Amino acid sequence: MNTGAMHDVWVQLTATPLFGLTLTILSYSIAQAIQRACRGAALTNPILISIVVIGGVLDLTGIPYKTYFASAQLIHFLLGPATVALAVPLVRNLADLKRDLPGIAVALTAGSVVSAIAGIALVEICGGSRVAALSMAPKAVTTPIAIEVTQTVGGIPSLAAVLAIASGVLVAISIQSLLRRAKITDWRAFGLAAGTVGSGIGAAHAISLHERAGAFAALAIGLNGLLTALLVPILVHFWPYFKI
Amino acid sequence: MLKAFAALLVCQLAGEALHRTFSLWVPGPVIGMLILGLVLSRKPSAVPEPFVSAARVLLQYLGLFFVPAGVGVIANLNLIGREWIPMLVALVGSTFLSLLVTAYVMHRMCSPSRVAVVALTPPDGKEVELS
Repeated sequence: MNTGAMHDVWVQLTATPLFGLTLTILSYSIAQAIQRACRGAALTNPILISIVVIGGVLDLTGIPYKTYFASAQLIHFLLGPATVALAVPLVRNLADLKRDLPGIAVALTAGSVVSAIAGIALVEICGGSRVAALSMAPKAVTTPIAIEVTQTVGGIPSLAAVLAIASGVLVAISIQSLLRRAKITDWRAFGLAAGTVGSGIGAAHAISLHERAGAFAALAIGLNGLLTALLVPILVHFWPYFKI
Repeated sequence: MLKAFAALLVCQLAGEALHRTFSLWVPGPVIGMLILGLVLSRKPSAVPEPFVSAARVLLQYLGLFFVPAGVGVIANLNLIGREWIPMLVALVGSTFLSLLVTAYVMHRMCSPSRVAVVALTPPDGKEVELS
């Protein structure tokens, strides 16, 4: 077989779901093996490793991200039913969630306000543009909400999506050592913080460690989505008035 | 378990329909989570076993499902471009700060007597430390 024919086969295969599924599942299972071998070291987060490995493969082979994403659509689709399934740990821990509702409300509001204000303020203090600051504001929430809120306030939606996912990965790799240093060993606080700041990726990390943490994270995703969508446009509206 | 999967999809579909009909900012799957939560919360102590199994299977791989969208971060790194220093500082700074604030307030406001119990006994009985 000549190289031209082989190239044709390759191009045909990369356009099928077989390519995206194989690359994604293979990378993720290798990433999980690395995580186990490193005894769960924070930087060996399987989402982070898979993203880097697949990004590298696409770069080396010259396959565009669009082609890969279309081919891995089946895996991406499962995010929907999995998000709905978060209702199960939520309901199973309903008694705890109800008892801690005042704490949840105050902690979530505090975290959400700090995330938006610190995001905008730090970009401006370091000399970044206003568009960059506005795209940074809603990054703690689930990606679709971050995109919509960014559109409303005048940031760049695709940049907001990048920042939302990057912030989720950052939460997954940093939350354990941060909270340990702050001497916070409560799974409820762990889960709520992971869901409020890291959204879905934070929740995925929380639920891989503890079901109760997953329940608090699931609730935080929903509530912070609502809160940020109301809060960020108001904050951005009044921001010029208290600019330093 | 197939019925439970079907129920998850029905909830997502209903959520998506509400999202589009009323142009809600909350995404369809999150509305679907609320719908399923409302249905199941009529009997919180007895979530049907098929739902527990289906949720366990899906949530075990929740991280995997984020990978295709996550690779987009690498593909779109050029968006960050010239402003990468302020962006990186703001991303790391605000993420760490709001993680600490959320967890600290929650930790302070929740009954401390139960903290130790909650901290080290995951459902499978294995001891997991926050390390």
